[in-house]
Amino acid sequence: MIEVKNLTKSFDGKTILHDVSATFYTGKTNLIIGQSGSGKTVLMKSIVGLVRPEQGEILYDGRDYLKMNAEQVKAIRKEIGMLFQGSALFDSETVLGNVMFPLVMFSDMSHEEQLERANFCLSRVNLTGAENKYPSEISGGMQKRVAIARAIALNPRYLFCDEPNSGLDPKTSIVIDELLSDITHEYNITTIINTHDMNSVLGIGENIIFIEKGHRAWVGDKNRIFKTSNEALNDFVFATRLFQEVKDYIVNHGE
Amino acid sequence: MTNYCDKYIVLKSIVIVTFVVDFQLQNNMLLINSISQFGRYCLFMRRVFTIPDRWRVFLQRTLQEVSKLGVDSIPLVVIVSLFIGAVITIQMQLNISSPLIPAYSVGLATRDIVLLEFSNSILCLILAGKVGSNIASEIGTMRVTEQIDALDIMGVNSSNFLVLPKVVAFVLFMPVLVLLCMGTAFLGGLAVAWATDLISVTKYVYGLQAFFQEWYVWYALIKSLVFAYIIATVASFFGYYVKGGALEVGKASTNAVVSSSILILLFDVILTKLLLQ
Ligand SMILES: Nc1ncnc2c1ncn2[C@@H]1O[C@H](COP(=O)(O)OP(=O)(O)O)[C@@H](O)[C@H]1O
Ligand SMILES: [Mg+2]
Repeated sequence: MIEVKNLTKSFDGKTILHDVSATFYTGKTNLIIGQSGSGKTVLMKSIVGLVRPEQGEILYDGRDYLKMNAEQVKAIRKEIGMLFQGSALFDSETVLGNVMFPLVMFSDMSHEEQLERANFCLSRVNLTGAENKYPSEISGGMQKRVAIARAIALNPRYLFCDEPNSGLDPKTSIVIDELLSDITHEYNITTIINTHDMNSVLGIGENIIFIEKGHRAWVGDKNRIFKTSNEALNDFVFATRLFQEVKDYIVNHGE
Repeated sequence: MTNYCDKYIVLKSIVIVTFVVDFQLQNNMLLINSISQFGRYCLFMRRVFTIPDRWRVFLQRTLQEVSKLGVDSIPLVVIVSLFIGAVITIQMQLNISSPLIPAYSVGLATRDIVLLEFSNSILCLILAGKVGSNIASEIGTMRVTEQIDALDIMGVNSSNFLVLPKVVAFVLFMPVLVLLCMGTAFLGGLAVAWATDLISVTKYVYGLQAFFQEWYVWYALIKSLVFAYIIATVASFFGYYVKGGALEVGKASTNAVVSSSILILLFDVILTKLLLQ
């Protein structure tokens, strides 16, 4: 479980996160949703420590992240896996090299064990046969899968995904969502996913935090999201033409 | 000689100051005039010079960098040195052809120019363009594509992991490039002596050896080590702190080359004063 309490962050005098509090549960897919520019990435980067907030607390299963010394931070980071918006694969390494990387840097496994673990992770994300390709030679969806495989290589307790579906077609998006959801339940990970994709929200939204202009505006799950009276959230949910038309249809024809 | 040296230093200082002032007016990113930038550079260096997480990985990466930054620069060094060596020889012949000066002076003057200035300062200015922009754009691209964040999140000290192998590799390989540069520059001069009737080969070769001061070679090597360190660290620094996208990576790489060139000129003056007087 990760608890965030009263997080405030500003850049150049402009406040991006206003006093945000949230709880992210273990073994669940926790979603942070909101429009582009609402502060999702800044919130996620604050939680993992890539951005230092001015105020607030971040508790990893009770351990206060912001009060830790360098050694403790390093230890926590070995429990964190992160999937970046642009995949952030190392260009100079092959697919296999990317997945091996955290193992080579931090595990005490023998080379054979590392290979075995890397191949297992690649097969877990249904990616075999591309081991020796470079990131620039594979598709966006495959890159995301390699990034997931790299993120889970060291058996993380916490998994962070910044817009895992951005730039993917709807079908591939669902595959990635389901993969993240499966991994979360299978290994009992605390997974936090940034998204503005309503498809994901409806598919895997077990615990949803809605961020609007840097404020936490709503908390709930996918079953409650249509029944909310929060205006901003309604705007967000029914922003796509498809949802708008379904809503109009229901309003006109009754349920 | 001393008099000439003094004038040379004064002239060079003037050139640097005008360069700095001019550049400062257009661009406030300049490293040496910005205290806060310098402070950040020092903090960056403190993180770069720490014990690597894995020695085996560090050695592997250092070898890769030797090949990428050092060995790959050899063709450029050879071509430039060959031609400049030839040109210096021709110019010396034209400038000092007088019945009062012995003919072998051409070889002697060529040698001293190559040893004192060309094989280190000028060579490093050229390498700042090639190696500096290579380092800055590589690290800058890793920054804007979040690869550096990915390293940090894993708990890797990204500045140490990325930069230290480059600095170690380039500084270690620099003497090889300098010695290679000296050799090929003399060969360039020799080619001129052999192909034209400006000076005879024997006199040129005699000139190369006459009144030889070993210290000049050490002086060249010491300077080149400092310059190699400047190129590798300044370029890494500019790349590491890029914000934005591809455009900013390009700008950072230009800034890296300009700043390291200015620093090379500045340290050239300082080191010459310290080492030759
Ligand atoms: N490093 C930064 N410096 C200044 N402003 C930033 C920085 N990172 C993000 N911002 C600003 O914070 C706001 C929220 O950005 P972000 O968290 O990326 O939004 P999103 O919800 O789309 O992920 C944006 O207005 C952005 O301009
Ligand atoms: Mg974002």
